[in-house]
Order: sequence, then structure tokens, then C-alpha cells
Amino acid sequence: MSGVLHLLRLSGAASIQDGGRPGFLRDGLSASGPMDRLAHAAANSLVGNPPDAAAIELGLASATLRVEGSPVRLALAGACGALRLDGEPLADHRAFLLREGAELTLGRAGAGVFATLAVAGGFRLRPVLGSVALHRRAALGGLDGRPLREGDRLPLAGSAPAGEADLCLDPVPLESDRPIRVVLGPQDDHFSPEGLATFLEGTFTVSGQADRMGYQLDGPSIAHGADGFNIVSDATVMGSVQVPGTGRPIVLMADRQTTGGYPKIATVVSADLRRIAQRRPGEPVRFEAVDLATARKLAQGRAAARDALSRNLRPVKGATERLMAANVAGAAVDAFRDD
Amino acid sequence: MTHDAPRLLACGDTAFTIEFGVRVDPALSARVLALDAALRARALPGLRETVPTYRSLTIHLDPLVVDPGELGRTILALAAEPLPPPATARLWRIPVVYGGEFGIDLDAVAAHHGIAPEAVIERHAAPQYRVAMIGFLPGYAYLEGLDPGLSLSRRPHPRPVTPAGTISIGGVQALVASIAAPSGWHLLGRTPVRTFVPERDPVFLLRPGDRVRFMPTPAERWDGLAAAVEAGESVAELSET
Repeated sequence: MSGVLHLLRLSGAASIQDGGRPGFLRDGLSASGPMDRLAHAAANSLVGNPPDAAAIELGLASATLRVEGSPVRLALAGACGALRLDGEPLADHRAFLLREGAELTLGRAGAGVFATLAVAGGFRLRPVLGSVALHRRAALGGLDGRPLREGDRLPLAGSAPAGEADLCLDPVPLESDRPIRVVLGPQDDHFSPEGLATFLEGTFTVSGQADRMGYQLDGPSIAHGADGFNIVSDATVMGSVQVPGTGRPIVLMADRQTTGGYPKIATVVSADLRRIAQRRPGEPVRFEAVDLATARKLAQGRAAARDALSRNLRPVKGATERLMAANVAGAAVDAFRDD
Repeated sequence: MTHDAPRLLACGDTAFTIEFGVRVDPALSARVLALDAALRARALPGLRETVPTYRSLTIHLDPLVVDPGELGRTILALAAEPLPPPATARLWRIPVVYGGEFGIDLDAVAAHHGIAPEAVIERHAAPQYRVAMIGFLPGYAYLEGLDPGLSLSRRPHPRPVTPAGTISIGGVQALVASIAAPSGWHLLGRTPVRTFVPERDPVFLLRPGDRVRFMPTPAERWDGLAAAVEAGESVAELSET
């Protein structure tokens, strides 16, 4: 019999995400899916799932979980906080067995925003339009079309085979240091030369209005050109940087509106979507323009990094890994206690 | 004025837009839908999905399969050719209860144009509209074909919530709203028809290129129609044109 993952306690954002729901942009539905696809793939690889399997995406969240009915193997990757299994510190970016009745505590991440908690075999949820990814605005997918909340019981699709070695990976870096790379356009010609310079030379800050739909940035105001800030709506993509009349840019993300009537000065390259997603409110953002050929090379590099995940899996070794686990978790607990 | 030559606009490494013009114009929309149909008839490697809007077509691609610049140039060349319009279209007749609690801006729109509310209804229900794009939120159908005499710029202060099924106008555009959402448009009426229902087959009722006519319906019929929709019946009539 398959078990149930019981969310005993949850604060912060949490939803079910899988590879997403592409193919419905012409119907007004954005694809959803992980804000950090590399972290999502890493967590799934650790527990032997396909990279796009359904998993829990945590956004600046902390939680306590218990498994009921059957043991299960789990792994956490991305922006991880302290992990404790029945009170004992545990490393992230490694698989571990959660036995029936044992309690797993996830602390709020000290850096970055999104982490993926994957379970071996995934969840038994009904796909809508081919995916179980939550699209909150459309009340589609996930658990009953809504974000996860305290008390939820998630049905597991599989159970943990006994006696398998736990695997680990080097942590997926959050890459929060360098500028976010963009390709200018589609409406860069709607901005004055000063407006373009402000965008490419200014330092912005992720505002408090940042979620799976979009990240509004604070900072210098970007000046539009003579045509103003209204256009007849056209399509958006994940990573579109639209600039409304306030001059404050908004980077549109996985659950965005599919069309919009503000000029889009640039588009974040696909390889850097996870990097902007992992910037938290208050953190700086700078942009750097690259050409299309460079953007494509970056996408190829990102795909190679994702393909390398399964090759880089290695068994958890005894003493070293345990020591690292204790150090990592201990430091995180001290610095980022959240309750 | 419309661009004679379509433009290729970069949208990062996973998409680009073919822009036919910058305004709401039936001639532009026709070219967008013709290019969309042409691309859907070809299976170009690396092409993931296409998104028609009033004036442009956005093409999503897999940069690992195809060079975005190369695919862009190929499709731009295709866009410059005269393309045949889709041979047939579906026509939907959608019941609308106008005014009162169903369309709280009807009287204000009438007053603005100096005509009777009945005249607004008549002029809004007269055209055969074309769905130019589905966008913003799932199933939101943006129509072209609004009587220019009804055109009215958007409200200065959007309403935080407007009901599912709202029939509204903004600028020269007309809209069928699927789910409740904020809106700065003028609300003329409401339909019990749901253009987006996750549990229904089809999930999405209207497609770009479909034709739409609004059928003015007395308020007394609302409860019956809404109950029929609730029971899974279709109260939108479908035919081919």
C-alpha cells in the first residue's frame, strides 16, 4: 500500500509542480512548472525520478512532515534551509529514507528562494491538461487547484524499496553574484536612450511584490520613449521584462499573464530564469545584454548541467557526509532560526 | 497605417514575435491568423507553440533543437508572403444579459455616447466579431469588430474584481471574460457561458479565429441558463461559417 505525506506544519509558499503545462499559451494559460528547473531536476534525480516528476516546490517556506502508511525516500535541493530528521541534522542534496512515524523538519532557507522536495515515485494526483503543476490564478492542478497548506495529506505514488544506497550530489549553486543576462527586445525601441541606459547600468532590488507570476523590481525609473507606455497587447514569455507607466520593471515568471499591454524592454535568457527566481526581496539585480547566439550557448550549457545531474550522483559515504551534514545544518539553524 | 513588411522581434532565446503592425485592425488580425494556420499546417522542427494576438504572432521554440535566429528568418519570410485565410470558421452565438446588475456600466457608456442604453445593446450585439486572441488569463477572449461608435478608453481606476462571464469593452476591443478578475473595462453585460472550465471537455471553448455573436437575453432567463451551464449543458450555439 502506498503512503501519505502529511504536512503537519507549514509556513511560506508551497505548491506541487512538475515539468509544467506547455501548449496552452494560445488559450491564455501560462505553463507553470518549477521556478528553478535545475533544482527541481536535482531533487528528482536524487530519488530516482525523471527530472520533471511532480514534487513540492517550497518558496521561503519552513515545514514539518511525516509519512504515514509506508516509508518513502526524499531529497531536498535548491535553496535549502536546515533539515532535521527526528531532531538529527541531515544534509540537503542527498536522498534519505523517511520511516513511518518519523518527523522531518525543513527550516527556512538562509539564501535563495525556491527549493524542491522530491519523493521517490512522486505523488498520486490527477493531472489537468497533462500536468499536476499548480497554476494558482487559474485554480488548476496541484492539490484541489490550490497551494499546499498545513494539514494537507499528499498521496504517494510509490514506496521506498528497502536496502538501496542513498545518493548525494554537490549542491546546485544559486549563482546570485553575477548580473542577470537578457536579450534586448521585443519592445526596446519603446524606450529612450536614457531609459535603456538606466536599465542596463542601474542596480535594481527585488521588491516585496515577487511571486510565481512575476518579480516587481524597485530602483531607478526606466524612461519610455515618445510612444509612451501603452501598446496593443502582445504575448509574454517567462522572463519578459515589462515596464509599466511607473518605470519600475516587472520580470514575468512561470504563472504570468500570457499577454500584456506594457512594452517589454528585454527578455531574461532561459539559462538565467532560475537565477532571477532565486533572488529574494531586498536583494540586488543588475542586467547585462547578450546577443541571441550567446543566449543560445547559455541554454545549451544549462541543458548540459541538467543532463550531468544523473551522472554526478554518488553514494552517501559514512563519516564525511555525516560531518558535512551536521556543519551545514548547524550553521543554517543558528543564522536563520525563523520561529 | 499598417506595416507592409512584418517585423521580427526577439523575445530571448526561446521565442520571437512576428509583428504585423501596432494597432487593432482586422487586416492585421487576418494576417496573424493566416500565418498561425500556415505554421500549424507545417511541422517545423523545434517549433513548440504559437500565440496569436491582435497584431502579432509569437512563436515559442526549443533552442536546443533549432537556432532561434534562423527559425525567425524562415518564418519572417513566410509571413511576408500572401497566405490564404483559414477556409472556415466556427460561429458561436452567446447569450448575454445586458445592463442592471449584469452590466453595471451600460448606462454610463450610453450617457457618454449620448444614446439610449437600448442603442448600446443593439450596436454591441449587431456585429459578427472575430476572436483575435485568447490571453491575459485562461479563456479570456479578445474580439475585434466592435462598432467604433461604442469605443471608449478604459476606466481610470480598475475594479478589483469583476465576475466570471463578464462582457465588456475597452478602447476598440470587446471581451468575453472567463473567470473573475480585476478589470478596468466597461461592463455591459454578463453571459452564463464559461469559456474556461478545467473539468470540462473541451476545457477552452473559444479559439483564435472563431466568430462570435452576442444574443441579447432577458434577465428572467439568467437563472435557467446558469443552471443549465452548471449541469454541464452548453448554452452557446455553435455553427460553421
